[in-house]
Amino acid sequence: MKLKPIVAAVALLACTASFAQTQITVVNFGGANGNAQKKAYFEPYEKATGNKIIGVEYNGEQAKIKAMVEAKQVNWDVVEVESPDVTRGCDEGLFEKLDYSKIGNKADFTPAAIHECGIGTFVWSTVMAYNADKLKTAPTTWADFWDVKKFPGKRAMRKGARYNLEFALMADGVAVPDVYKVLATKDGAERAFKKLTELKPNIQWWEAGAQPPQFLVAGDVVMTTAYNGRIDAAQREGKNLQITWTGGIYDLDYWVMPKGAPNREATLKFIAMASSAKEQAEYAKLISYGPTNIKALTMLDAKVLGKLPTAPANAKTALQFNVGFWADQGEALEKRFAAWAAQ
Amino acid sequence: MAQSMTLEPGKLVGQLRRAERRKRAFAISLTLPLLLFLLFTFLVPIGALLVRAVENPEVANTLGRTAKALSSWNRTAAPPAVAYAALIEDMSAIKEQSDAGALARRLNSEVSGARSLIMSTYRALPLAPGLTPEQVRTQLLALDARWGELSYWQAIAKNSSRWTPDYLLTSLDLKRDVQGHITRVDADSAAFANILVRTFKISAIVTLFCLLLGYPLAYWLSILSTRKANMLMILVLVPFWTSILVRVAAWIVLLQSNGLVNRSLMGLGLSDAPLPLLFNRLGVIIAMVHILLPFMILPLYSVMKSVPPTYLRAAVSLGSHPLAAFFRVYVPQTWPGVGAGGLLVFILSIGYYVTPALLGGAGDQMLSYYIAQYTNVNVNWGMACALGAVLLTATLVLYALYRRVVKSELSLG
Repeated sequence: MKLKPIVAAVALLACTASFAQTQITVVNFGGANGNAQKKAYFEPYEKATGNKIIGVEYNGEQAKIKAMVEAKQVNWDVVEVESPDVTRGCDEGLFEKLDYSKIGNKADFTPAAIHECGIGTFVWSTVMAYNADKLKTAPTTWADFWDVKKFPGKRAMRKGARYNLEFALMADGVAVPDVYKVLATKDGAERAFKKLTELKPNIQWWEAGAQPPQFLVAGDVVMTTAYNGRIDAAQREGKNLQITWTGGIYDLDYWVMPKGAPNREATLKFIAMASSAKEQAEYAKLISYGPTNIKALTMLDAKVLGKLPTAPANAKTALQFNVGFWADQGEALEKRFAAWAAQ
Repeated sequence: MAQSMTLEPGKLVGQLRRAERRKRAFAISLTLPLLLFLLFTFLVPIGALLVRAVENPEVANTLGRTAKALSSWNRTAAPPAVAYAALIEDMSAIKEQSDAGALARRLNSEVSGARSLIMSTYRALPLAPGLTPEQVRTQLLALDARWGELSYWQAIAKNSSRWTPDYLLTSLDLKRDVQGHITRVDADSAAFANILVRTFKISAIVTLFCLLLGYPLAYWLSILSTRKANMLMILVLVPFWTSILVRVAAWIVLLQSNGLVNRSLMGLGLSDAPLPLLFNRLGVIIAMVHILLPFMILPLYSVMKSVPPTYLRAAVSLGSHPLAAFFRVYVPQTWPGVGAGGLLVFILSIGYYVTPALLGGAGDQMLSYYIAQYTNVNVNWGMACALGAVLLTATLVLYALYRRVVKSELSLG
């Protein structure tokens, strides 16, 4: 009985709040990238629309979205997801189909950014990085990464099969365009794991994207695989970390709307804004991830452009992450990786 | 008063019984919130977890006709044309794309590649109406030649029943082969038995070190004056109250190559190069022992406080060597504390996830890490639940063994 007034008060509060302004919940991975998005997208959106954005960080756990959608209790409006999850989530009906007429002209975007359930928001790359203060000669290829005689010391790699198998094949002499063709065969997977075994005693594994630059700065490792934006963030803090772009693997992150997301219109407005050339150019200045809106590139100067994964010099020898391959083979390869790690 | 004196005995018993019943109902109603809480936060989720570990609705819900057409198939020859026709009929009848997606995910965890095969076929539907089964087969093979491979059909046939032992078998590195016999999986995908053993090994080592470090400390605390003991107890409890992540981060700072520990070791001339203390098994064990130590100390301390010091004095005054007296008179009286602390630390360690994930290498991850991976990354909840069920069973078996050995109820002092 005593609860009633409280419930009424809460309901009233909720009502007035929703009348006053729309709130949308935007979920991203946080970190340096989250800060850049906040400045480039959240703040202008709040100013332009009067709506409020609640920023939430997550770690890419699709289970959270699945649980929300299955329970029909969706309180995330727009979520940044990695490319394998867009296709998979779309197949499994976790995301809304996007209404591109409310977002922008499809022709303005790089083709890979257009997906029925999501729109690519930036291009990032998993690259080789090293501390230029400690390494006199720069490693230039993945074969160098594997060469512990020429570059003694530990290397850091992401704990898991993804990216590492591709790098191993490149180190073993497979040409960039053939990597996924080779990896798809039984012998190719065998070859990748064998190559990885060569380096195993010298690998220090990382779990979170923030770790590789820390390892380099602390001197724990001489080289590492890393997300290029994290190295960029460390450079901005004055650390002399360098990227070797050869054989980097680039991929896109996407905005998606979980199925049944409550504030459709306000959310589409956000996605449209975050996909516009002006805001994407602003974003690329804050962190060196490549805009998906081609027009944004014309608004950036050479210095910023040169650091993006999409810069011609950087993309020349890069490998595009094969979403389809990993959607099919990922589970089996990750399990094999777990078995391999235990040997 | 006079009236009550003349009550018949039978009536009195009835009244008493009623009063008893009322009291019991009252007691139950008091504990009801707790019981309901336990039911909904503990028993129901565990039940759901166990059900999900054997549930297999994806194929049964969508490919009923195909399963029927395949029921007489011997699983080694090419599947009959009617199966192709039934498959197309079934898949055309899937209304929600999410059901097709779920089917694709389920079959893909059985045969890599089934995801793209199912989804591309689903998108290509419907075929032209009025085709004979043979024509359907030709069209389907033209659409994707992989439909000619047996493995996809075998996966469909195998998963056509609503319940499956496969997730549980996989978590024990076993599988059902084409004919339904249980065999071991190939060596290059046999991971979980190893991981389970590793989980128990790390937990056992952590428990042992907690005991070795915690026992003397708890003993010392128990013989100090109350004031001093309370002061020291705070030192034990402060880390206990600190977030695990903070403590893990602190260990990274301490143990890294040019961290405090390595620099002091090198400064003292004890080692020439930095020791690898982090991102390996050693780092995991050091941090876990630190985090779990209070769970050992607290039960030990409370048991030791209740051991009368007079027994030890009596033994010594009767001529026993103090050390012998300690081990033969004092230690046996603390067994309940050792048992409770050991079990507590061990069971907590088994479920550890964050600490090994951040401080361990690829070969130091415990079972929970893979449960998280299946839940979040692969979104294969059947597999996650099966691994959870294995962990739960292993824990219960261990507890039963403990009860057998100690022959007493678990006492936390």
